[in-house]
Amino acid sequence: VSELVLAQSIDERISDAMNPVSEAIEGVVFFSLPVVNDVELPLIVLWLVAAGAFFTVYLGFLNLRGPKHALDLVRGRYSKPDDAGEVTHFQALATAVSGTVGLGNIAGVAVAITLGGPGATVWMIIAGFLGMSSKMAECTLGVKYRTERPDGTVSGGPMYYLERGIAEVTGRARTGKVLAVLFSLSCIGGAIGAGNMFQANQATDQIVAVTGGVDSPIAGLRWVVGLLFALAVGAVILGGIKSIARVTEKLVPLMAAIYLLAAVVVIGSNLTAVPAAFREIITQAFAFDSVTGGIIGALIVGFQRAAFSNEAGIGSAAIAHSAVRTEHPSTEGHVALLEPFIDTVVICTMTALIIVISGAYLDEAASELGGVALTSAAFATVLPWFPNVLAVAVIAFAFSTMLTWAYYGMKSTGYIFNDSETAETVFKLVFCIFVIVGASLSLGPVIGISDSMLFLMAIPNVLGLYILARMIKREILGYRAKVAAGEITRVDV
Amino acid sequence: MAIVVLVGVDGSDPSDRAIEFARDRARAFDGSIVLAHVIPWSPYSFNTPEENAQRHERREAELRAAKEQLLDPACALVGDDVPCTAVVRHGNRAEVLVSLAREHGADHILVGRTGEGRLRTALFGSVPSQLIQIADVPVTVVP
Repeated sequence: VSELVLAQSIDERISDAMNPVSEAIEGVVFFSLPVVNDVELPLIVLWLVAAGAFFTVYLGFLNLRGPKHALDLVRGRYSKPDDAGEVTHFQALATAVSGTVGLGNIAGVAVAITLGGPGATVWMIIAGFLGMSSKMAECTLGVKYRTERPDGTVSGGPMYYLERGIAEVTGRARTGKVLAVLFSLSCIGGAIGAGNMFQANQATDQIVAVTGGVDSPIAGLRWVVGLLFALAVGAVILGGIKSIARVTEKLVPLMAAIYLLAAVVVIGSNLTAVPAAFREIITQAFAFDSVTGGIIGALIVGFQRAAFSNEAGIGSAAIAHSAVRTEHPSTEGHVALLEPFIDTVVICTMTALIIVISGAYLDEAASELGGVALTSAAFATVLPWFPNVLAVAVIAFAFSTMLTWAYYGMKSTGYIFNDSETAETVFKLVFCIFVIVGASLSLGPVIGISDSMLFLMAIPNVLGLYILARMIKREILGYRAKVAAGEITRVDV
Repeated sequence: MAIVVLVGVDGSDPSDRAIEFARDRARAFDGSIVLAHVIPWSPYSFNTPEENAQRHERREAELRAAKEQLLDPACALVGDDVPCTAVVRHGNRAEVLVSLAREHGADHILVGRTGEGRLRTALFGSVPSQLIQIADVPVTVVP
């Protein structure tokens, strides 16, 4: 009990100290325009959606025309046998997806439907499609401007294309450098916040929930759960114990498969309710009057959750995608198209369908449940044992997201400090400490800062994408022309 | 008649005996030998971002190690009188051996017996048993 009190007082002290800072940063990053009733449009969401829309039109709707070629690339139909042993398109995509798929797909969707009604689903899907275009743009650049370090490892991502790309295209080396440093700083913040504390916090919540909620023996021992998480994370990132990371990397796709399978079972056992659910989703998406703000409320919430979930335009995935070995950077751009598709269009939509079909969102208590708990309740209407599986999935997703973001943060630290090992080790240590902090405290303001930092990444990144837009277009369309002309051919025919 | 014999090399005793067997056949038929080592690898594995970043460098190291520790000694075993090429490639062992045989126009694939236990064989099969299912040319397994 004394520990609980101690934790609470620490929590309060941190909250008090952080509140003004948090509100100031949040006020800037999440500056919102009031729309109708209580509905507000955060400009940062508009910023991300506009970037997706711009690149969708500018690249000629490759988000719709590109996936077939992307699948061929992932299936290795263009991989030369001599390149066997290098990072394949499939591996780069799988790594990026397991960093992206996470709580946004489970908790975020539930929040979207609670706040925006079932119609939010439609706008989430549309935002997913738009996100495919910005993801394509950033990942093409990620590969094009990656660097090989003296030790032979590959580093890539927005910091490199912002610095070198902008210098090359505009000759303004300083602009590029400033944007790159701004990106790296916010990436470190995003890694520690959204990529770490938020994950640790939600995973611990779920552990407490399945072990009995408030009465759980763990309820007062959240810091112990955090410590265990921190030890596991530390073992991987500081201790270099790769087996834990490998197990996680295999557990995540397995859990995602189980999650989707369970979704299919729930939908299948409610097959008769599916047409009505679709009707509900579509009419609500375009409804003009409703408590939730109708079309505008649904649109904003849907867009916002999709942006939170698939990270398109944030720039994070470009770091993971840039490790692939390919002659043409656009190939990875194509493959990256699939990431928002898998994350938002497939997984988020499945979650949304289940919440709508089960009617769990209509429950009066639903809005109080929110997040993971609502999704869990929706699954439990058909599969009563599912909350336990979901808890494992949440832990696996959270852990792999933490590892991926530890890497993103480390790369950003490396960029700022010239690959200084000391700086990277300090970052890793801080990262581990914040796992415990994230798990043990209920961190309104700190989460506020970390969310802001995550979305702050989108400002330099998308600016850079606009500056480099012509080059992106030349790169991607040039590649597609070569494929069409038969200069680049499949190896399996 | 000049023949090309492809030998799967893994540094084991049966693999060495397969090389000697191949050498005798190549001598008898005025042929040449392709020594191949396959590093087990799948394009569809799930990796951490760190592993991906280090992959290129690690691959180079794997190729170097395979050449120095396996293929160079194997070439020495063949001797100077028989023309011998050494290749190393990542992938599924049996599949890569078959495609290398195709690429080098081999008439014959030779491998050493791998001697896995029953459980392993039941679960994963063995390289020789996979080979005889997919090869386009005769396969000889040397105990």
